[in-house]
Amino acid sequence: MSDLSDLYQEVILDHNRRPRNFHTLAGADRRAHGHNPLCGDRVTVFLKMDGDRIGDIAFEGSGCAISKASASLMTEAVKGETTDDALAIFDRFHAMITAPTDVPVEDDESLGKLVSLAGVRSFPVRVKCASLAWHTLKAALASAADPVVTK
Amino acid sequence: MSLSASTAPYDVSAIRAEFPALDQRVHGRPLVYLDNAATTQKPRAVIDALQHYYTADNANIHHGVHALSERATAAHEAAREAVRAFIHAASVREIVFTRNATESINLVARAWGTANLRPGDEVLITAMEHHSNIVPWQLVCAQTGAVLKVAPIDDRGELVIEAFDALLGPRTKMVAIVHVSNALGTVNPVARLVARARQAGATVLIDGSQAVHHLPVDVQALGADFYAFTGHKLYGPTGIGVLYGREAALEAMPPFLGGGDMIRTVTFEGSTWNDLPYKFEAGTPHIAGAVGLHAAIDYVRGVGVEAIGAHEAVLLARAQDALAAIDGVRIIGTAREKAGVVSFVMDGVHPHDIGTIVDREGVAIRTGHHCAQPVMDRFGIPATARASFALYNTIEDVDALVAAVGRVRELMG
Ligand SMILES: Cc1ncc(COP(=O)(O)O)c(C=O)c1O
Repeated sequence: MSDLSDLYQEVILDHNRRPRNFHTLAGADRRAHGHNPLCGDRVTVFLKMDGDRIGDIAFEGSGCAISKASASLMTEAVKGETTDDALAIFDRFHAMITAPTDVPVEDDESLGKLVSLAGVRSFPVRVKCASLAWHTLKAALASAADPVVTK
Repeated sequence: MSLSASTAPYDVSAIRAEFPALDQRVHGRPLVYLDNAATTQKPRAVIDALQHYYTADNANIHHGVHALSERATAAHEAAREAVRAFIHAASVREIVFTRNATESINLVARAWGTANLRPGDEVLITAMEHHSNIVPWQLVCAQTGAVLKVAPIDDRGELVIEAFDALLGPRTKMVAIVHVSNALGTVNPVARLVARARQAGATVLIDGSQAVHHLPVDVQALGADFYAFTGHKLYGPTGIGVLYGREAALEAMPPFLGGGDMIRTVTFEGSTWNDLPYKFEAGTPHIAGAVGLHAAIDYVRGVGVEAIGAHEAVLLARAQDALAAIDGVRIIGTAREKAGVVSFVMDGVHPHDIGTIVDREGVAIRTGHHCAQPVMDRFGIPATARASFALYNTIEDVDALVAAVGRVRELMG
């Protein structure tokens, strides 16, 4: 599980090269900034809420392939979800990327393409990269005013 | 016969055999250690010196009348003499042991700065400083009302000398400059800068953390008031650093930390200070660290700093040429005078990904801002990948780095 091709799967390379929903969002009603001072990754998540649902979502920023792909995949995974469902996806995603390497990756349908990030668990220093956008999403959902800093 | 053996001014494979940590595999590949600007590996001589000290001589120093304390004191002071000789200071009174370069700089910023800086006075640094030669000055400026000025660097990563000269003025009280930049590898023309700064009446501190193991340093010829460096980048242990201070400068300065060993007399009405350098060494020092640093200095002098510098220059030139030839790679820091470090970025690939990928090939480099965020801002990049060389690196190490970076290009497209 520690092979590089497990980390840099085709889906990830694709989302790194062509990130989806990678722009600012006109009419966004919530946003948050995230920053990982360790590697300088920065991300801004924009939300346009439709009641309690994430009506639209976009992100901007700069970072490594893992953080960018994770942000891109996240926007696809949570668009249209309620706040609670989005947070539940984050919880399952976080559990997947921090699970011990000898635990098989669950074939969790609800995670969809996010499963391609499971390889991160073999690269502990990269977990922060994969979770930065998600922490930022959480802050945006709570409309936290301060930038998220992953420690 | 390997190429490295034929180009090196000394026998690199014999040297490598003295560094046990180099002899290991990482992710199934032989370790290629190229993160020497962060910290160097330690020769057997240093490891043995630490072990011997704790096995045979361990005691507290200065006060004891028993045999072990005398031996430990002698070993500690012999280390001070070794440091003095290494940097050609006039006297051991000018050699203060600290924890690291960061503490050395903080000592000056705090003790000298609070005694000498007034509102409106200026502290002049450069745009290529390590955070540890920025933040202590920011703190003391905030405390005293002094103003921090920054001399710019150009696109090669060289200090803009005319701008530096222009920033030196009657209000400039302190000039604090890095000797060799850890992020860019630039070697500053310190002798010239010190001369100009002293002409202008400023006190001068040089951060030599990345210099003393790459090029010969003579603090008297240099003429700086203070020279700071750190033991662990010089093949010594962590936790031991050095502040050289001209005797007159140290004499004029109030103490930094108060406590045991730095005093002569203590009453509740007041205390008097010990002689130099002890006035600046409060509390039980890192005795073993000093002993280990002594062994490291002996080791480096045995190989020869000039020979080490010459060997590393060959590695650096080859690395820069080969990396620059890889599609989309750009070298950050192309100063005419460089030592030990090659920082680079790759189009479309974040340095963090470069670091992870080459690590899987057994190649250890550093990625990030290298504690020099203003340098990254100057070049408009979030981070770089950085390979840095030591006396034990080989041409084969450079080739392994280049192959691993080539693999990054393949993998990331
Ligand atoms: C130029 C420079 N100055 C200061 C330091 C700080 O050294 P230390 O962390 O040992 O205090 C470093 C280490 O990275 C450095 O490269």
